[in-house]
Amino acid sequence: MKFAVKAWSNGRARAGVLHLGSCPSPIETPSLLLSTRKGLPVFISPDLLPSLPSPDSHLLQVCPLHFLEGLSPKTISSVGGLHNMLGLHDYGLAAVARDSINCLPHCDSTNKLGASFETPCGRLLIKPVEYMEMISSLGPNLWATLADEVPAWVSDKRNKTSVDRTVRWMDECIALGPAGGAVFGAVVGGSSIEERRRCAQEVARRNVSGYWIGGFGLGESMDERPALLNAVTDILPEEKPRLICGLGLPEEVLQGVASGIDLFDSVYIYHLTLGGFALTFPLDGIDKKKSDFQLSDIGVDHTKINLRATVYRKDASPLVKSCSCYTCQNHTKAYINHLLNVHEMLAQILLEIHNTHHYLGFFRTIREAVKAGKFEQFRRQFLESRRDCLSVAAANA
Amino acid sequence: MALRFEILGRFNRARAAQLTLPHFVCQTPLFMPVGTIKGLATSQLEEIGCQIILGNTYHLALRPTSELIDELGGLHKFMNWPRALLTDSGGFQMVSLLHLADITEKGVTFQSPVDGKPMLLTPEESIQIQNRIGADIIMALDDVVRTTITGPRIEEAMYRTLRWIDRCIAAHSRPHEQNLFGIVQGGLDPVLRDICVRGLVDRNLPGYAIGGLAGGESKDSFWRVVAQCTAALPEDKPRYVMGVGYPLDIVVCSALGADMYDCVYPTRTARFGTALVPEGVLKLKHKAMADDTRPIDPTCACMVCKNYSRAYIHCLVTKDAMGSQLLSYHNLYYMMKLSRDLHTSIVEERFPEFVCTFLLKMFPEGNVPEWVCNAMEVAGIDISSCCAPFSSSQDLES
Repeated sequence: MKFAVKAWSNGRARAGVLHLGSCPSPIETPSLLLSTRKGLPVFISPDLLPSLPSPDSHLLQVCPLHFLEGLSPKTISSVGGLHNMLGLHDYGLAAVARDSINCLPHCDSTNKLGASFETPCGRLLIKPVEYMEMISSLGPNLWATLADEVPAWVSDKRNKTSVDRTVRWMDECIALGPAGGAVFGAVVGGSSIEERRRCAQEVARRNVSGYWIGGFGLGESMDERPALLNAVTDILPEEKPRLICGLGLPEEVLQGVASGIDLFDSVYIYHLTLGGFALTFPLDGIDKKKSDFQLSDIGVDHTKINLRATVYRKDASPLVKSCSCYTCQNHTKAYINHLLNVHEMLAQILLEIHNTHHYLGFFRTIREAVKAGKFEQFRRQFLESRRDCLSVAAANA
Repeated sequence: MALRFEILGRFNRARAAQLTLPHFVCQTPLFMPVGTIKGLATSQLEEIGCQIILGNTYHLALRPTSELIDELGGLHKFMNWPRALLTDSGGFQMVSLLHLADITEKGVTFQSPVDGKPMLLTPEESIQIQNRIGADIIMALDDVVRTTITGPRIEEAMYRTLRWIDRCIAAHSRPHEQNLFGIVQGGLDPVLRDICVRGLVDRNLPGYAIGGLAGGESKDSFWRVVAQCTAALPEDKPRYVMGVGYPLDIVVCSALGADMYDCVYPTRTARFGTALVPEGVLKLKHKAMADDTRPIDPTCACMVCKNYSRAYIHCLVTKDAMGSQLLSYHNLYYMMKLSRDLHTSIVEERFPEFVCTFLLKMFPEGNVPEWVCNAMEVAGIDISSCCAPFSSSQDLES
């Protein structure tokens, strides 16, 4: 794995390039990792994956704990590891223990021996040696060390313990680690600036290829987050990539970019898709629709539409007019509305394709803004236009 | 008439043909998958070679309604499917929901499962709905009875089917764009079946279906009805055996001279973790699959078999939607390949060899079921190389 920062904007925000052995082209950052279930997208069929923008869509997040349900490390090794098992030879696979959908850290059950997760197999205690056995058999391009993630409301004592454990487990994981695959040291520290700094300092001393920043999206407020993020990124070496878990919404991604995060592991698309939503917010930064407000837009949130709404029953237009994704090129809102009504899985597949395509487009606009040195301006405009949509809709409700 | 049916090859009763429909030129024998198939997109269906898809009129009439489909330009446009479509009459639900249905000369009354309101499906209404949906082939509303029922009801249903076909023909407003197929009923009674065939043939329809089967009758009864009907139906028009089915059944019916099939079996069985393979079925849920690193079918060229091991599919199956998706894809690919193989083997004059290879794979110990042997005899196909010696001859020796 190779990573290099290519451009800066407004201090901490950066644009970079990530080279992974299996990916045919280098991946520009800030970038999004796509969520998977046992290595494949939740809904998108593997032969439809190539319809997504390339190489942006080639980074997948994989949770090793998913495979505890029916696939032994021995079998995975005999198939030749993840890339072979999934038939995704030109994709970059990042193994991370926490998956915000299925494998949620359960801090009360975590103890000095291992991290506890709520999984589809029940509550499991994962020790570093077990975790590393999984990682070795999977052979991902990069992997995060095992962490003790705690929510924002735990006691100071518990938070401090989580940092101590995470650092200790990181050393154990590195010692047990496979020869291939880039190690990302885990940084935790909850809502305490001092603990975040302490953890970052410890991790920065280790010989790792990048950093996985955990413990976010577990109860901290949007307002306290920037300071916590900066406490970490100010200490971490600039030249190594930073991957974060738990920042999903566009506003949260922008917070992360502003603090110097390069890779985002987000379940936003998954939740949108399950809810029957399609992303529609404009990707050119400024909301041109502000002046086109119509009566029919009352209650509409210009960032996304809910395809279950009866207003789409006869709507023969694509989800987003200018979108070049497979769904928008082939199908209409009316058809997706129908599929949702009759409970056909094709609805979720089409929505996941569109939402992924759209969100990857959002990341592209972020990268362009950073490279042009205009990130803060881009961020301000984006946030303002979303606030304006909601206030206009509210005023006319 | 809005179709052309050209026979390209034969072996005794079996035929391979080209069926030209308004939206697509098809090769028969062919299998038609049903509906939006457990998550497969239209481009994937095209890729695996799907030629016609069956749309269920009953469900479409409830949601999103045939009027809406019509308003949006027909079902082809609504789902963006460039190839052929077939809609059934809505009548099969009569059999499946019989405890809710009341059948009279007028039509069939259902209770709508959506809002409990009474729904009356007349032959006229069924055809009008199908005219609005716009499929290449539409089915007449027939009075279909389970083959496990005996008595005067079967005769009543057969005659009513003939009276209803005239009402369907009269109501059909798009005969130059949509082909109305009649459905032969009559239960397991050869006399009734014969009357029905002759009655339908008199109406000179574009194609004919053999209905009322695939509902619990014995295999022995099943093949005999198919054989009788295919012998009596016109040579130069397509024959569609409704609700069939298992690969073995399709091979037998094709040998007897049928051309088109539909069934939910391939996708339904995928949902339960079962894959179709030349040997029969493979149950991916089975514990033994957890370590099996082979593909589902080493001889299959589909993307599932080219990329995934049984072990991986095992860990997905019944737990993740992707498992059903991948198995549905493989199973439909299998059915499409079976269709292609049937067509090609007949055209290339090696149909008997194909049948023998098929049976040998499925019954490696030679235990081909008796009904298949009997049917193949009538079809004039020598499968003695696939069958183990009869037990009676062993008794003679001892």
